[in-house]
Amino acid sequence: MKIHEYQAKTLFERFGVPIPKGAVAFSVEEAKKVAETLGGFPVVVKAQIHAGGRGKGGGVQLAHSLDEVGAVAGRILGMTLVTHQTGPQGRLVKKVLVEQGLNIAKELYLSIVADRASAQIVIMASEAGGMDIEAVAEETPEKIIKVYINPLTGIQSYHCLQVAYGLKLPAAAIKPMSQMLNNLYKLFMGYDASLVEINPLVLTADESLLALDAKVNFDDSALFRHKDLADFRDLDEEDPLEVEASKFNLNYINLDGNVGNMVNGAGLAMATMDIIKLAGARPANFLDVGGGANAEMVENGFRIILSDPNVKGILINIFGGILRCDVLAEGVVNAARKTGIKVPVVVRMEGTNVEQGRKILAESGLNLTGALDLKDAAQKVAQIVGA
Amino acid sequence: MSIFVNKDTKVVVQGITGKEGQFHTRQCVAYGTQVVAGVTPGKGGQKMDEVPVFHTVAEARAATGADCSLIFVPPPFAAAAIMEAVDAGIELIVAITEGIPVLDMMKVKNYMRASRTRLIGPNCPGIITPGECKVGIMPAPIHKAGGPIGVVSRSGTLTYEVVHQLTGQGIGQTTCIGIGGDPVNGTNFIDCLSAFQADPETKGIVMVGEIGGGAEEEAAEYIAKQVKKPVIGFIAGLTAPPGRRMGHAGAIISGKSGTAQGKIDAMAAAGIHVCKDLGRLGELSKDVFKGLY
Repeated sequence: MKIHEYQAKTLFERFGVPIPKGAVAFSVEEAKKVAETLGGFPVVVKAQIHAGGRGKGGGVQLAHSLDEVGAVAGRILGMTLVTHQTGPQGRLVKKVLVEQGLNIAKELYLSIVADRASAQIVIMASEAGGMDIEAVAEETPEKIIKVYINPLTGIQSYHCLQVAYGLKLPAAAIKPMSQMLNNLYKLFMGYDASLVEINPLVLTADESLLALDAKVNFDDSALFRHKDLADFRDLDEEDPLEVEASKFNLNYINLDGNVGNMVNGAGLAMATMDIIKLAGARPANFLDVGGGANAEMVENGFRIILSDPNVKGILINIFGGILRCDVLAEGVVNAARKTGIKVPVVVRMEGTNVEQGRKILAESGLNLTGALDLKDAAQKVAQIVGA
Repeated sequence: MSIFVNKDTKVVVQGITGKEGQFHTRQCVAYGTQVVAGVTPGKGGQKMDEVPVFHTVAEARAATGADCSLIFVPPPFAAAAIMEAVDAGIELIVAITEGIPVLDMMKVKNYMRASRTRLIGPNCPGIITPGECKVGIMPAPIHKAGGPIGVVSRSGTLTYEVVHQLTGQGIGQTTCIGIGGDPVNGTNFIDCLSAFQADPETKGIVMVGEIGGGAEEEAAEYIAKQVKKPVIGFIAGLTAPPGRRMGHAGAIISGKSGTAQGKIDAMAAAGIHVCKDLGRLGELSKDVFKGLY
C-alpha cells in the first residue's frame, strides 16, 4: 500500500523524525492559509500524487509571496501531472503540500528496506541525495552505504554510527542522525513497512537534518493488523475497476490489452497473460480468482472484465484441483447469461469431471468455446482477435 | 527415491480442525500419506476422523513421532505456528498459508538459521512424492509415480499445469515441490536443485519461476556449475507490468530487477532449456528428457 508525501510526513512527525513546517491544502484558499503560518518566504508548493518525478514534471514550485502561492497552487491543483512514473496519461492533482523553504547545505539519500535476499532490514544511505538512486546504484555503487539489521535483535547504536560517519556528517549532526534512524526503524517495524525512503534528506546551513521528501510503502499482507492505515487509502490513486474488484476480494489488475482473462492461481494467471501475447493479442487484465472459483465469483469477474471497453474476447483458464469442472461450467454459463456477454469466451478447464464440464459449455447455446489444452486455448484466442 | 518426503514420512497437521485443515488432511490420508497427528490448541484429546488431535506440536511429536508438519494456520498466527514446530524439533515444515506478513517471515527465517529444520513455503501448495506421500493441497490424479523428473516451482496451479503435461507425455515425477510465492521463504530453488542432483532416481528437472527477486538467476548460476542433469525452465510474467504485485507477494518487478526476461536470459546462459510457450512444454519435455523415461 502506498501513501502520499504529506501522510508519510504525518507519520514522521508522530515518530519524532524532523520534517519541514507545512500542511496539506485542497484549494488555493487553503494553500494561502497554510503559507501564512510558515513564517516567511519562499515556500514550496508540491503536488501530492503517488508517483515520483513530480519536480521534473512541473509539480513542485517555489513561491515568494502570498499572491505567488495562490498563482502556483492554482496552476498545480487540477493539473494532469505527467512524470516518468505516472505513464503518459498522467495523474490528476487534487491536493498540494505547502512547506517552508529550507536553506539547503547538502542533500543526502536515506532509506530502510525489507531485503528479501538476506531476510534482513537494510539501511541504505548516500551522499548522492536528490538523485535517482537506481542510477547511483548502477553507476557508482560504492557511493551507497548499506547496513544490515537482524530483525530479531533490532537496530543498534553501531548501525547508526556506521551510517552517520559514512555520510561524513558534521559532528553536531551525528547524534540527531542516530536518533532519526532509531525513530525511522521504530516506524518501519511498528507499521510493517516495506520501504521508508527519504530523498533528499537535507542537511541545512545550520547543520540540522530534515526529511525534505518522505515515502512510506506498507506490506499489504500486514494491513490486517494496522486498521488505522485504512484512513490513508486514496481511492483516487487507484484504478476504479481495481477498486471495484477489491470489494469482491478479486485479485485484479487493469492492463491495456484486448483479451480479458480469468485464472485460478497467480503463477498460472501470469502465464496465461503471456500466452495471450504469444497468440498475437494483448492481455486486458490480470485476474487471479484464487481457490474459490464459484458462480458468484465468475459473475463478478465477468462484469469487471467487461466494463473495460477494449475487451474483444475473454479467456478463462481454470486448473481445478478440488474444483469440479461441471460445477465450474454451470457457473460460467449462468454468469454469461446473467451478464449478457457479447464477446466470444474461450474456456479451458482441467480437473475432475472435465468431460461433463465441456459438454455443458457446448450445449449452452452461448458463445462459449471449450479449449482442450493451453495450445488449443491460445489458437482459439488468436482466432478471436484475427491474429 | 525422491527428495524430502517419502512413504515413511509421518505428518502432523497444524490447524487440522479448521475447514482447510480437515479437507486437505482427508485428501492426504486418502492418498496414503501417514498423517499421525493434528494440532489445534483447545481441541487436544479429540479426533479428526482417525487422527488424534493435540493441544501443542510438542505433545503431538512426543506421542506419535511426527517428523513433518503441514501448516494450515491463518496469516496472523502462522509465523508463530512455524516457530512452535521448529521448537518442537520437527524436521520438515510445509507452510501452506498465504498472506503471512513479510516481517514475520523475516523473523522466522532468522530464528531458524540455528536449527536443523527445513521449511518449505509459505504460500505454497506443498510437496508430493507421487505414489508415496502427499504433504500439501495439490490434486493427486495429475501426478505419475516412479520418476524420473523432479519439479520445483514458485507457483501452485502453474505447477499443476506443468505436471499435467509431463504426465500426459508418459513422463513421471520423483518429487514435485512448491517453494511458494512469497518474497521470504524457507527453501529456495538451489536447495531443491542440489537435492535433485544428489537423488539417483531423478534424471531430469523442470524449474518453474516467475517475476520478482533473484532466485532464478542464482539458481541458473548454480545449475551451470553443479547440476549435470538436463533442466527445463519456464518463467511466468513476461507481460507483467513493473511495480505491481501480481498476486504472489514475491511477484513484483522492482525497478530493473526481477524481470521475466532477465531470468530467461540467465537461464539460457546457463544451458537450461527455456520453454517459451507453456502450451508446448510437454512436447519440449519429450525432446529434452528423451531416453530418460
